[in-house]
Amino acid sequence: MSTHRDRLRQAMGDKVQFVQGDDACAYGAILAGCTFFAGYPITPATEVAERMAEILPKIEGCYIQMEDEIASMGAIVGASWTGVKTMTATSGPGFSLMQENLGYAIMTETPCVIVNVQRSGPSTGQPTLGAYGDMMQARWGTHGDHEIIMLCPASVQEAMELTIVAFNLAEAYRTPVLVFIDGELGHMRERLVIPEDDEFELVERTCATSREGYRPFAAGENLVPAFAPFGAGFRTYVTGLTHNEAGLPRSASAPIHDQLVRRLADKILRNTDQIIRYEEFGAEECEIAIIAYGITARACRDVVEEGRQRGLKVGLLRLITIWPFPDEVVARWAARVQAILVPEMNLGQIVHPIREAVAGRCPVMLQSKIGGELHTPTELSEALEELRCQVC
Amino acid sequence: MSGLLKLKTAAELRQTYLRHEMFPTIFCDGCGLGNVLNYTLWALDELQLDLDRTVFVSGIGCSSRLSGYVNADGMHTTHGRALAFASGIKAAQPDLNVIVFTGDGDGSGIGGNHLLHTIRRNMDLTVILVNNFTYGMTGGQAAPTTPIDSFSTTTPYGNIEYPLDICALAQTLGAPYVARWMINQPYPPIKSIAQGIQKRGFALIEMLVPCPTAYGRRNGLKQLETIWQWYREHTILIDDYEHIMHFGSPEERAALHDTIKIGVFQDCERESFEARWATLVEQVKL
Ligand code: SF4
Repeated sequence: MSTHRDRLRQAMGDKVQFVQGDDACAYGAILAGCTFFAGYPITPATEVAERMAEILPKIEGCYIQMEDEIASMGAIVGASWTGVKTMTATSGPGFSLMQENLGYAIMTETPCVIVNVQRSGPSTGQPTLGAYGDMMQARWGTHGDHEIIMLCPASVQEAMELTIVAFNLAEAYRTPVLVFIDGELGHMRERLVIPEDDEFELVERTCATSREGYRPFAAGENLVPAFAPFGAGFRTYVTGLTHNEAGLPRSASAPIHDQLVRRLADKILRNTDQIIRYEEFGAEECEIAIIAYGITARACRDVVEEGRQRGLKVGLLRLITIWPFPDEVVARWAARVQAILVPEMNLGQIVHPIREAVAGRCPVMLQSKIGGELHTPTELSEALEELRCQVC
Repeated sequence: MSGLLKLKTAAELRQTYLRHEMFPTIFCDGCGLGNVLNYTLWALDELQLDLDRTVFVSGIGCSSRLSGYVNADGMHTTHGRALAFASGIKAAQPDLNVIVFTGDGDGSGIGGNHLLHTIRRNMDLTVILVNNFTYGMTGGQAAPTTPIDSFSTTTPYGNIEYPLDICALAQTLGAPYVARWMINQPYPPIKSIAQGIQKRGFALIEMLVPCPTAYGRRNGLKQLETIWQWYREHTILIDDYEHIMHFGSPEERAALHDTIKIGVFQDCERESFEARWATLVEQVKL
């Protein structure tokens, strides 16, 4: 008799596959226990939906294609309130449409995962080419004060692994979590090894145990309220209005709004040590550092390794968690190096929080590239050399 | 459900079904939304629906506050999007009863595309759409349902746009249950809400509700007496309408031009999304 976990693996196929980043996000979701996906087709993210549409009925989950991305986001939030793990996937224009209900998910503390396979903008831009133009929209796109969690994988394997992590963070902090890749990584094929269950951790939301005195938005020390799914008899009222701990609207109360919105921010900000992930290469004896993320970081890694072999004192800080922003890690690097290069596939977005964290300790040079092509190792080496001449 | 409704008193209903901490309501004096809530509670009671297994979903607007007043799981979502959230709940957990409260602006204006596709998909939802001809909560702006030539804060010289017949749209899209009622008669809407809840598929019950504050006072419909007279003069039962259209004189037919039809427009069977998905899962599951 095969177990549910066996069936998941059977539904995904071989343990070792040669697949796209989009497929890897779908596999990560399935491994994390996602059983509900709502989506709308959009290049270059459609393959995530296609994989989910294929796998979910096999494992008795549910795939539903909605009329647009607004509805997709609404559906995954509604479904999450029945106690299941939910995901949607999109690209820039669709992510723009999701902002409204993304804010609702934050306000109502609804765990869910959103994959954004980024393409260039503004507007329709270059649908088939990769870009990282939504990095700031992710942070500030939905209206009002809030924090968001966003992870940025750099390989197909990591896209799968970080999608699992995204579900864990969503469950742990009861908040939407973003997995941001790009059209290049989304459509690039690489070797993917599906891990065994004992090779990764799974986190489930903490559920309320007693209806007696249950207050759906009252949080203890960890600032995350216990969850009661719809249909379990807790009779919870969920609203996007400012609400008290009982969940009742109190939209005219300054203290209740202040307390609620600060708690929503603090439950993320006080746990940055659990949320922030990064990778360091050549941190020791480093004069010039590159700070990069996503697919761009791969060429940077090659350039740094090759440079260090030639005796250059170069290093790479690869950001994996972009939001909440790892200021302290960046500040630590800034205190040790003489200059920082920030290559980005946009006109400069993450360079801003980097400059804020560096706080003038050393020069920060942006190397922008847009149009759909990746930074080449040669371009990166030249930029490093230019920076070295300026400061060393 | 029995043919003759044995209704609890309003006080008994309140005690059994309401979320007391939410009261008083936000509704104005003379607003018809309270009646819609009452009729819904009577229907729930008639069916003896398990409130622990029922979720009330709504969007934004005066009518969307109704979800909070029932003591069950409730989700007050974003403007126009109630059906998307409700679809997610129902698709993920088909055993739950999902009842949606929405308004004309919420459900057919900003949420019009969701309405269209939720009906097309035939989600097993009961949608109680309250039509008060206006955006009440924002103070009375023109809505997709505002009658032609009537006044609102954004049509100060009269409305030049044609109103949407939401039930006709739902009927065309194949919704298995479509009805429209006024609030001045309790029995037909109670019966329709109960039938809608029992229907396995999309059920739309449109309720014509006076909004004396935002719509009424700009259109000579602030006093209850004149409001009822207006509704009497401007509505016709679907059977009477059909009869006149078939057998009436050209003048009688022409007189029905701007009349709003009420009654049960559609009551048929059509397999729901949830049922079709369950069949598909049975076929492909590992
Ligand atoms: S504005 Fe109109 S619809 Fe809203 S509560 Fe007042 S009377 Fe009712």
